[in-house]
Amino acid sequence: MSLKIDQDHGRFRAIVRGRIRQNLKKYISQGELIGKQGKERVSIPIPQIDIPRFRYGDKDQGGVGQGEGNEGDPLSGEEAEGESGAGKAGKDAGEHALEVEVTLEELAQILGEELALPNIEDKGKSKIINQKDRYVGIRRVGPNSLRHFKRTFRQALRRQVSTGTYDAKRPVIIPVRDDMRFRSWKTETEPVANAVIIYMMDVSGSMGDEQKEIVRIESFWLDAWLKHQYKGLETRFIIHDAVAREVDRDTFFRTRESGGTMISSAYKLASEIIEKDYPASEWNIYPFHFSDGDNWSVDDTMLCIDILKQKLLPVSNVFCYGQVESPYGSGQFVKDLREHLRTDERVITSEIRDRDAIMGSIREFLGKGK
Amino acid sequence: MSAKFALKTALPTYLYDEKVKIEKYARDFGLDFFPTLFEVLSYDQMNEVASYGGFPNRYPHWRFGMEFEQLSKSHEYGLSKIYEMVINNTPSVAYLLEGNSIVEQKLVMSHVLGHVDFFKNNFTFKTTNQGVDAETGQPLRKWIDTMANDGSLVRRWIKRIGIEKVEEFIDNCLSLENLIDPQKPYAPIVAKKVHEDEYENPSTEHAAEIPRLRVDRDYMREYINPESFLQSQQKKIDDEKERERKFPEKRDRDVLGFLIDHAPLDRWEHEILGIIRREAYYFAPQMQTKIMNEGWATYWHSKIMTEKACDSSEIIDYADRTAGVLATAPGQFNPYKLGVELFRHIEERWNRGQFGKEWEDCDTLEGRRNWDRRMGAGREKVFEVRAHYNDITFIDEFLTPEFVIEQKMYAFGYNQRNERYEIETRKYKDVKEKLLFRLTNGGQPFIYVEDANHANRGELLLQHDHQGLDLKLDYAREVLKSLVRIWKRPVEIHTIIEEKPALLRFDGTEHVQRSR
Repeated sequence: MSLKIDQDHGRFRAIVRGRIRQNLKKYISQGELIGKQGKERVSIPIPQIDIPRFRYGDKDQGGVGQGEGNEGDPLSGEEAEGESGAGKAGKDAGEHALEVEVTLEELAQILGEELALPNIEDKGKSKIINQKDRYVGIRRVGPNSLRHFKRTFRQALRRQVSTGTYDAKRPVIIPVRDDMRFRSWKTETEPVANAVIIYMMDVSGSMGDEQKEIVRIESFWLDAWLKHQYKGLETRFIIHDAVAREVDRDTFFRTRESGGTMISSAYKLASEIIEKDYPASEWNIYPFHFSDGDNWSVDDTMLCIDILKQKLLPVSNVFCYGQVESPYGSGQFVKDLREHLRTDERVITSEIRDRDAIMGSIREFLGKGK
Repeated sequence: MSAKFALKTALPTYLYDEKVKIEKYARDFGLDFFPTLFEVLSYDQMNEVASYGGFPNRYPHWRFGMEFEQLSKSHEYGLSKIYEMVINNTPSVAYLLEGNSIVEQKLVMSHVLGHVDFFKNNFTFKTTNQGVDAETGQPLRKWIDTMANDGSLVRRWIKRIGIEKVEEFIDNCLSLENLIDPQKPYAPIVAKKVHEDEYENPSTEHAAEIPRLRVDRDYMREYINPESFLQSQQKKIDDEKERERKFPEKRDRDVLGFLIDHAPLDRWEHEILGIIRREAYYFAPQMQTKIMNEGWATYWHSKIMTEKACDSSEIIDYADRTAGVLATAPGQFNPYKLGVELFRHIEERWNRGQFGKEWEDCDTLEGRRNWDRRMGAGREKVFEVRAHYNDITFIDEFLTPEFVIEQKMYAFGYNQRNERYEIETRKYKDVKEKLLFRLTNGGQPFIYVEDANHANRGELLLQHDHQGLDLKLDYAREVLKSLVRIWKRPVEIHTIIEEKPALLRFDGTEHVQRSR
């Protein structure tokens, strides 16, 4: 019997992929994906592709069943045990959801295609290369600490059998020098992380849960895309109100402080981190900053711009500022940035009104291919 | 069995021996089946064949891939597995799952022979005959070949015009797959009226005289042929003419057939739509006899296994499998269970003579319970039932109040207020009514071609016979799209939406929904 199913299965997968593409916007704005990610794979529940026909609505219909219960009792949703009967059980009403697993890699590709994102141009810096030794073979000389016991034994046994010195009644194997086998290694070079994203988020009182959710969703997708572009990607997280501190990913999205806002504190910290850990000559650096744009004072804003000009921008591939609209913030900061840094190509600003605007914002950030 | 088929089977010897035995048991019980080929498949082959509805060489389409994904996934997660599959074909082909225990294989073989007997003898399946074998006089059903031919035809079209186009068209056809008339194969063939005289003598249309009764005396004329009579005669003629002008003359439930005959299709489209329709008619009998067919097969596997084929060490395993097959889940009836119980119920009633006028008239509980005429006509009756009924007539005639109580049957519906499905009633009449409704036309709406020249603009008008339930509107709109794709002119359907007459219309760019 020839297997024809592969082709049809492939077609189905392609259509599903198309479906994901169509629904991508929906998924992104609903943030459905996140939280369901396993190690490398994201499972996306997609509705079974139903072929539309003239039919009745599901809920109107009802039907006939067998079993216990009084009038007015709900049908318990659980399936009876042993539904594994011959043939197929009834294909009646009921929504089937199919989960399709997509790798993050694939997802990022789809995202890239959908948003028409250009591939990012590397800053041209040499990649950081890490050298690593791996045991890959066997050789006849080497230090005793690397002796391959089994192979040595086998070799000795083989020699003894072939020379007739092997006695099955007294199976003593004595290796001689020629029998010795040692592990050998090869030095491999592998590129290591050479891009870093520094996420900064304003967590002052004016940033509500909704605003943070938007930041969360957007950074998930930014992450996905940049991970797709760079083999290793490091992420650092900074939260700030009037003071800034570095936190882990989890805290980043959860914390809610209530202080004022001094954006400069975050920029300062970011440039310190870069100076310490990410020499600009070897790293592609992406600082992202999200805020509702309500800075404490004009003085601080000027300080921010100063830090940007002097320290952050010269070392970054691109500096992205996303302003999330909040009912409390004035949203002044983005205007200030634009005013002072309009001509600088390394600065990208984006205003994110609501969840639906996330797609557009990602495009603004990544659309230039930097 | 006819020696004509080289029954070369991949069955290992120990299974072949069992098969020979089981076929003998079945024949001794009176089952009358086509020659049956058994093949043993690994589970992924099984999933593949099942995805294609049993026909490994069917035309390519993504939905078979979807089916495959679901089957494999649920197999991998241990949710379900397919034990058997059997194809209505001559010879019939049945697939066994490799690695099943011997008890399971015996059970499946017995079950399969029940199905094949049903295929051969139930009247609904006669529509799948493709002629008669000249030598044996047995019906021919070469559906595996037919589907394989159709498959290579579609593959050829794909090669020639591209998979995108072909698949898109198939998708559209599938949206219409259920628009067939399962009754049609039984309808008498009416010779097409030829309107010869119309061409020869076009004036007859106007000259048609009103037929009058014969009048011998002038003064009686007014009384014998009064004005009102003449008018009604005139109306009759007009109606007749009106009907002839209409196209189709009578509304047609075989929408697919109508489109094949009259829609402006390219050759490849024509062929593909034909394939879809042929398959729809092929599968229709299985839809119409799901309960009976499964019930019959279950009845016989349990008979053959418990009385003949099982040895005592196997009986627990057998019981375990059968319990799995017959389990009921809330909110759905299990056709295996309902079918087999109803067959047994019938057998019991005819054994005890619980039928006929006397029985109907007996209205004491005691009298009915102890009614036993020792007629022993049960076996004969079930064989008769399996030949001459389909699910609807089966339920309609044999579902009794006693049976509904015994089997704890109920009707359920969706409660809008509590947002859940609830048991509505256990009353015999309501349960039966609901069950019959679900079975009528496979629980699908009745749709007819009403007028192919609607509004004299070549538009297609369909009529939905509303029987209490509204159409699912978003789906209906999609189907209209498919119809427009095929008909190439605007398509309209008359239906009822929220108790008001309404129409849905699609003209190729815009959907309209309004009351009429």
